[in-house]
Amino acid sequence: MILPNLEYAASEMFVAVAAMVLLMIGVFRGEGSARLVSALSILVLAAAAAITVWMSPGESRMAFAGMFVSNGYTTFLKVGILLASAVGIVLSVGYNAREAIERFEYPVLIVLAALGMMVMVSAGDLLSLYIGLELQSLSLYVIAAIRRDSVKSSEAGLKYFVLGALASGMLLFGASLVYGFAGTTAFAGLAAQLTGASAPSVGLVVGLVLVMVGLAFKVSAVPFHMWTPDVYEGAPTPVTAFFAAAPKLAAMGLFVSVLAGPFGGLVKQWSQIVIVLAIASMVLGAFAAIAQTNIKRLMAYSSIGHIGYALVGLASGTKDGYSAVLVYMAIYIVMTLGAFAVILAMQRSGRMVEEIGDLTGLSRTNPLMAAMMLIFMFSMAGIPPLAGFYAKLYVFLAAVEAELYFLAVIGLVTSVVGAYYYIRIVKVMYFDEPEDALDPRPGRDLGAIQFVAGMATLLFFLFPSLLVGAADTAVFSLTGG
Amino acid sequence: MWEIGLAHYLTVAAILFTIGIFGIFLNRKNVIIILMSVELILLAVNINLVAFSWALKDLVGQIFAMFVLTVAAAEAAIGLAILVIYFRNRGSIAVEDVNVMKG
Repeated sequence: MILPNLEYAASEMFVAVAAMVLLMIGVFRGEGSARLVSALSILVLAAAAAITVWMSPGESRMAFAGMFVSNGYTTFLKVGILLASAVGIVLSVGYNAREAIERFEYPVLIVLAALGMMVMVSAGDLLSLYIGLELQSLSLYVIAAIRRDSVKSSEAGLKYFVLGALASGMLLFGASLVYGFAGTTAFAGLAAQLTGASAPSVGLVVGLVLVMVGLAFKVSAVPFHMWTPDVYEGAPTPVTAFFAAAPKLAAMGLFVSVLAGPFGGLVKQWSQIVIVLAIASMVLGAFAAIAQTNIKRLMAYSSIGHIGYALVGLASGTKDGYSAVLVYMAIYIVMTLGAFAVILAMQRSGRMVEEIGDLTGLSRTNPLMAAMMLIFMFSMAGIPPLAGFYAKLYVFLAAVEAELYFLAVIGLVTSVVGAYYYIRIVKVMYFDEPEDALDPRPGRDLGAIQFVAGMATLLFFLFPSLLVGAADTAVFSLTGG
Repeated sequence: MWEIGLAHYLTVAAILFTIGIFGIFLNRKNVIIILMSVELILLAVNINLVAFSWALKDLVGQIFAMFVLTVAAAEAAIGLAILVIYFRNRGSIAVEDVNVMKG
């Protein structure tokens, strides 16, 4: 066998081949193929999730000479990435048809972006990390600018491209320094060298910092968040929904696996940086969102804040902390996709509206949708017994156990500040006099996503061990017991 | 005579990297200059990788550099494509005109 253990990359190979096939179908069937390709893409992503679970090895397995790692941790993330990407396509179908931007390239690009995310969370080497990250980023730049005739969408694509390319450059420069000062790019080799090492060389620490800067850009942690509000506002709404879910989960998962795996020996060095990123993100996410009137910009700042909370778990540097990050991100993407399903349903006589004021009186015109939005907003604010409360609880518990009391206190204070703007949306929906009512029937696909996400958020407290247990097992296979 | 060693290559790479970063942030004229700065950063990385590869007597760095070159080409293609559609919509590629949304 030239390449042993190829089967551990089965789902990646399946998605890669399927993306090519979908592209061919789109090209040969011509313009009218968008719906078919979208449906097939959703099937492909679901099938890939099934293959990932089916082929998942118990403990860590390497393929491609250590470039590619497959274990319970990567399985957890990949299933989340694939399902969030599939929901991202479902959200886009109706919107794209209405706005006449239906193109078969869109689902294919999402499939390719999902492939990039799968490769990057499975990376076992700085080289495969970079390739996966770029495949994801290059697809996302194009998706952000998918609406070619709109100034806003192309500006979003341009800004995302420039700052994303800068981030990749920094990450790469850091990777080259790590390679030079450690003599290897393999994660296993780096981990072996760095654990128990007395004082790491300065070059290595600089490399680590630059790699962290690159990753912080990708998760949009403050102070590397500048692109987020503009890209979220400018990109078409289903694209924003996709950006807020799958890539965030993938980048956060990568952040954890890179810092806990190869750089686990430098935990003293990186935890200080992560603490600063977490505090800055939580504070900015809470305060900057207050002044927003555009709901997509509000969601952008809200996502920055949520990333801050997730980073609190990472900063604790313990297994419980990593597992809390996974739980947080999983709950976050469910809430976000649900909230975006509501935002996508905000239409007035067939046209999209995206101001918070447009939600006035929603409780009277569409009580079910208003109730769902109420669940998502209360959950994001962290009000028990909704899922968002437990997400924050696990993260703060991990911080307290790691004796990072001030971090937990700052987190609590900012989540109280953040509750203001989430509850303001509820107030607008329930207590303001309705002006023009929104269109009552948002479409069955959006309604279904709202309902499923809403129920998952509402009823999480009945079965928390399902998700928490899965996250614990995942982290166990990452840190190796 | 002087022997050119690893430190010289690393210095050149660090200078190019810094010029690239400053090119992105200080330039107020043209988005094309930003694309050039991005290329400069990636080339600085390549110099680093090849120099380390030579110093460590290890091939991984050179292979990494090959991959970086390939991805840089793809990145430039996508960047220019986005720039073209932006120009069609806005009629300008001046950096100060990229301001429909204030971030």
